Amino acid sequence: MKPVSHAFKDNAKQALADEPLRRALGGIKHGFVANRAKARAKLPEFERLRDEARAVKEHTLAHLDLYLEAYEKKVTETGGHVHWAATAADARAAILQICQAAGAKTVTKGKSMVGEEIAINEHLEAAGITPVETDLGEYLIQLRHEPPSHIIAPAIHLNKGQVEADFRREHTDLPDNRVLEEPAQLVAEARAVLRKQFLAADVGITGANLLIAETGTSVIVTNEGNGDLTQCLPRIHVVITSIEKMVPTLEDANTILRVLARSATGQECSTYTTFSTGPKRDGDPDGPDEYHVVVLDNGRSEMLGGQFHDMLRCIRCGACMNHCPVYGAIGGHAYGWVYPGPMGAVLTPSLIGIDEAGNLPNASTFCGRCEAVCPMRIPLPKMMRHWREREYEKGNTPAFYKLSLKAWAYAAKNPRLYQTLTGLLIPLLARFGSKGRFRSLPLASGWTRYRDLPAPQGKTFQQLWRAKEMRS
Amino acid sequence: MAGKNQAISTPTVGLFVTCLVDLIRPSVGFAAVKLLEEAGCRVEVPQSQTCCGQPAYNSGDKSDARALALNTIAAFEGFDYVVAPSGSCAGMLKHHYPELLGDDPETAERANKFAQKVYELISFLVDVREMKAVSAAFEANTTYHDSCAGLRELGIKKQPRELLASVKGLTLTEMDEAEICCGFGGTFSIKYPDISNAIVEKKTGNITASKTTCLLAGDLGCLMNMAGKLSREGKRVEVRHVAEVLAGMTDTPAIGQGDEGTQ
Ligand code: SF4
Repeated sequence: MKPVSHAFKDNAKQALADEPLRRALGGIKHGFVANRAKARAKLPEFERLRDEARAVKEHTLAHLDLYLEAYEKKVTETGGHVHWAATAADARAAILQICQAAGAKTVTKGKSMVGEEIAINEHLEAAGITPVETDLGEYLIQLRHEPPSHIIAPAIHLNKGQVEADFRREHTDLPDNRVLEEPAQLVAEARAVLRKQFLAADVGITGANLLIAETGTSVIVTNEGNGDLTQCLPRIHVVITSIEKMVPTLEDANTILRVLARSATGQECSTYTTFSTGPKRDGDPDGPDEYHVVVLDNGRSEMLGGQFHDMLRCIRCGACMNHCPVYGAIGGHAYGWVYPGPMGAVLTPSLIGIDEAGNLPNASTFCGRCEAVCPMRIPLPKMMRHWREREYEKGNTPAFYKLSLKAWAYAAKNPRLYQTLTGLLIPLLARFGSKGRFRSLPLASGWTRYRDLPAPQGKTFQQLWRAKEMRS
Repeated sequence: MAGKNQAISTPTVGLFVTCLVDLIRPSVGFAAVKLLEEAGCRVEVPQSQTCCGQPAYNSGDKSDARALALNTIAAFEGFDYVVAPSGSCAGMLKHHYPELLGDDPETAERANKFAQKVYELISFLVDVREMKAVSAAFEANTTYHDSCAGLRELGIKKQPRELLASVKGLTLTEMDEAEICCGFGGTFSIKYPDISNAIVEKKTGNITASKTTCLLAGDLGCLMNMAGKLSREGKRVEVRHVAEVLAGMTDTPAIGQGDEGTQ
């Protein structure tokens, strides 16, 4: 997908005017947020688990080269193939080659954010291969040709009525007079349509929540079971993943899984947690004949050890966006690419550049709720601030804004000047704001467009304090 | 009213007024002075203090932010404690100065030493001075907004509620989502006015739904944002800094209100 993050402000404006979207976003509070809080309250060792999960990832990242090599060795031993992809283009080429070698016409897909990142669907389509999303949310947005708006609930922006309309438009071989009112009816229809696709597919592509070095295993967590059908039924299973998904052992994977589901949906564990190791062995009742893992870098190794290193701990649980007031107001599409919310505000500039994504780390109140809930204790606001520093150094800060900042800082660095200036200006301003507030004020229109600006009381505290000291 | 086991019986507190209180609402500063004196402190207000540097810091201008941090530290180094009537500014002084000045060992040490003395006003009164009650009276049904930095950087939650419980005539009704950001975010409110507005609208919705007549919080920035929105929406809610109520200094017009009262 071509990023439209540079148009963030316009995207956000549109989102704010979209009533159905805002209603949909309003539901997050009673769903994901409430459920996470309950799950956390039920597990006394949750905070300790967060520390452990963080330590697992930190250790892995510190020795990532070793674990990646160990992982590759294990995958090869179990009969699978690892394809290293330095860039999105490399990953696309590797996947296309596998599909073409298999003569694939239809490819089923489990949910994968890395798949979105490399825009694999468009690439396959251009080569005459039909990708079919099998995760319900992904399927819905595929029908609408939309990107996901949330990393674990890609169609969170849609409501029932929209889905019904899409199904009636797309599933034209079904009777017009069928009833599609209840969510269960919609799900049943999607299932029936998708089931045929599972059987027709030549290749199944899934993502991976984790890669385990000790066993060469990839792990996915889902709630629909579509991932299992995607990876077991076709002849070839391709896992599309990225380097930072690595953990050393099964035990470590378990530590991460325990915080993942709780942070994401509030479940103790997701309905399906599926471990895949190599292709079908002699005597296995099912499984693919070929097992491929395409491991993407795409800028991640450059984050190692730098200012954005901590972001590589992210396990894509979505808690940061669920708790973000900005995400809650505008939803995911406004962020203009694959990863929205606080994690996207840090990750997106790393992956597609700060010139395109500069607005994202700026559009935060730094309320800190994302960091407070992040199971991996990623200091998201701090890293957004680092991006602002880079923007500032590059001279990307808008001119008028920068000038105002500089003027303020200049005065504030010279206390005498500051006291003199404020001592003159503030009482003057106070006289114009005798009603206690301004309904509009030049240079503050961003503020006064939507709210009144409380006026100064009169003199500054410093003036009043000095006067009082003189008297006593 | 000060705690009996204090290491320093009459500590000297440097009041970091904060630029918003200095310029917009000096009455909060006087309320802070009164409360600190009631808690047995001697209060001084260094004249060379200006702004804590947050606008520069959060806009990526590290060099100005550093200069302002050093200015603040120089102005306050000599005091036993540095107290600010704002969780956001206190958080800046306490947590972000050490980070900002951490690269150079000399400034790092100064910043760390300084940070240990920094407190937000209400938590200082309760946690350090062990204040349990105030002598103020205020007839109102109030609700309290937990400002983000105070809550998440400094752990301020119980302290204001504890002291408010001792104010005669005051009741406190918790609103829904009291811990969620009001959408101010300093320069955020000016850079992204549309989004900021959407967030503050939710907040004023929660305030009115609580059926209270008075909104309190510990940060003037958030208070100005919420008061400005409430008055634009024509909602009659009296908005005050919590220190004004605790100090019994509520005869000044509320935030955003003129002499004519709550109009
Ligand atoms: S940054 Fe943290 S909270 Fe956000 S998705 Fe990643 S792990 Fe989850």
